Amino acid sequence: MVDIKNYSEKVMEHFKNPRNVGEIDNPSGIGKVGNPICGDIMELYIKVEGNVIVDAKFKTFGCGAAIATSSMVTELVKGKTVEEALQISNKAVAEALGGLPPIKMHCSVLAEQALTSAIEDYKKKQGNK
Amino acid sequence: MKRIYMDYAATTPTDPEVIKAMTPYFNEICGNPSSLHSFGQEAKHAVEEARGVIALFIGAGGDEIVFTSGGTEGNNYALKGVVNANIERGNHIITSSVEHHCVTETCKFLETRGLKVTYLPVDKYGVVDPEEVKKAITDKTILISIMHANNEIGTIEPVAEIGKIAKEAGVYFHTDAVQTFGHLPINVDELNVDLLSASAHKLYGPKGVGMLYIRKGTRIKSFMHGGDQENGRRASTHNVSGIVGFGKAVELAKESMENEAVIQTKWRDKLIKGILDKIESSRLNGHPVKRLPNNVNVSVEYIEGESMILNLDMEGVACSTGSACTSSSLEPSHVLLAIGLPHEIAHGSLRFTVGRFSKEYDIDYVLEILPKIVSKLRAMSPLYKKEKI
Repeated sequence: MVDIKNYSEKVMEHFKNPRNVGEIDNPSGIGKVGNPICGDIMELYIKVEGNVIVDAKFKTFGCGAAIATSSMVTELVKGKTVEEALQISNKAVAEALGGLPPIKMHCSVLAEQALTSAIEDYKKKQGNK
Repeated sequence: MKRIYMDYAATTPTDPEVIKAMTPYFNEICGNPSSLHSFGQEAKHAVEEARGVIALFIGAGGDEIVFTSGGTEGNNYALKGVVNANIERGNHIITSSVEHHCVTETCKFLETRGLKVTYLPVDKYGVVDPEEVKKAITDKTILISIMHANNEIGTIEPVAEIGKIAKEAGVYFHTDAVQTFGHLPINVDELNVDLLSASAHKLYGPKGVGMLYIRKGTRIKSFMHGGDQENGRRASTHNVSGIVGFGKAVELAKESMENEAVIQTKWRDKLIKGILDKIESSRLNGHPVKRLPNNVNVSVEYIEGESMILNLDMEGVACSTGSACTSSSLEPSHVLLAIGLPHEIAHGSLRFTVGRFSKEYDIDYVLEILPKIVSKLRAMSPLYKKEKI
């Protein structure tokens, strides 16, 4: 069993008041990762203007860590160029949250995957234009 | 903030009367019951008195009660002890797919030692079909182990019927009664059990003490070797204060369990109805009627259990979930999967269990805050949106 009290203050703060919950109309890119079987699904929406991520929103089905990492990743990407955003690793998300319990590290991996997937979607759409 | 404890199935607070009864046995009466001097004999007297109370409570003889360290030890002892003593007669055990981990993990261990184990399925309420038990018995079957009531979903199993089948087939029958002992009436003859495990901390006794009932004549090998305590059936110095506390807890249960069951059933049903009425796409897990008086287990669709627990905890309410996110395996509860719940619904389960120190207000409070928590989390859930469009 995980002691839920093992979450850092920052994780709990983001869990209580998640930033950027929701969807973006006509997003530049969407990343959908995870599956209901493992209990985590993350959807990340990004809006890109002039190669800069100007807005990011998320919807997540998952535990406290999944919600907090989703919230944090939306905060981290805003204002970054697409290339800079691709450099954000799962470790960086976890560190920004003051760390995650070891068995919750997979939640940060999911956040990184959602971000990568949203950017790939954006690039694909760009290519199609 | 007021804190509300609704996790009595995990453990109960020790009743102040129990603590009072135990206190002298830490220092005033400090002897080892195995010692011949008067200090030892005083302690021995207390242990034997508790044994008598517990035996009488379940219609057993005092020499059929073996004190243990708790439910896990009792279940390990019953399974390994019977297997070790009867391996020449057969190598097959029958159990269910909804047992507590201390039974299933013991079975898995025994499988590595060459034992064959049948894990019977359950119906959508978590009930084992006695006919299935009957069909599973072979001439190699030496033990059947089916729990009295399920710790997660509260379903009460048809133990007396299964016991009758076991008896007719000449197979030993064990029941894990950790959740029912001190809460529902138990008579070992009426239940047709040869072995029954119980744990004190589930009935307002202390943690770290329990007992295994072993019917006279049952072939079983001890699995704690050492001194000749408990007639050589369980070595180790007696946990005197714990045993005294266990005895006191049983005395209290004897007086109050009938009334408590009536009150708790009323609250249970109020909480179930309230949740199902107030929260759309929620469902009850376990049997609607054949269930523990104090157990409510629901699944709330589209959201995950741990995030609900965290929110409830922030509002002062303590309960539990069968979601994978609280286990290191990332697999949701085997019980919820066994009753046929899809993974995502198993992940969204909550268990509330009330007890002696609960108040009706606790139920009202949960009914007030839970719908708000659910709405907040559903607003964040990608699954909710999809279903609704």
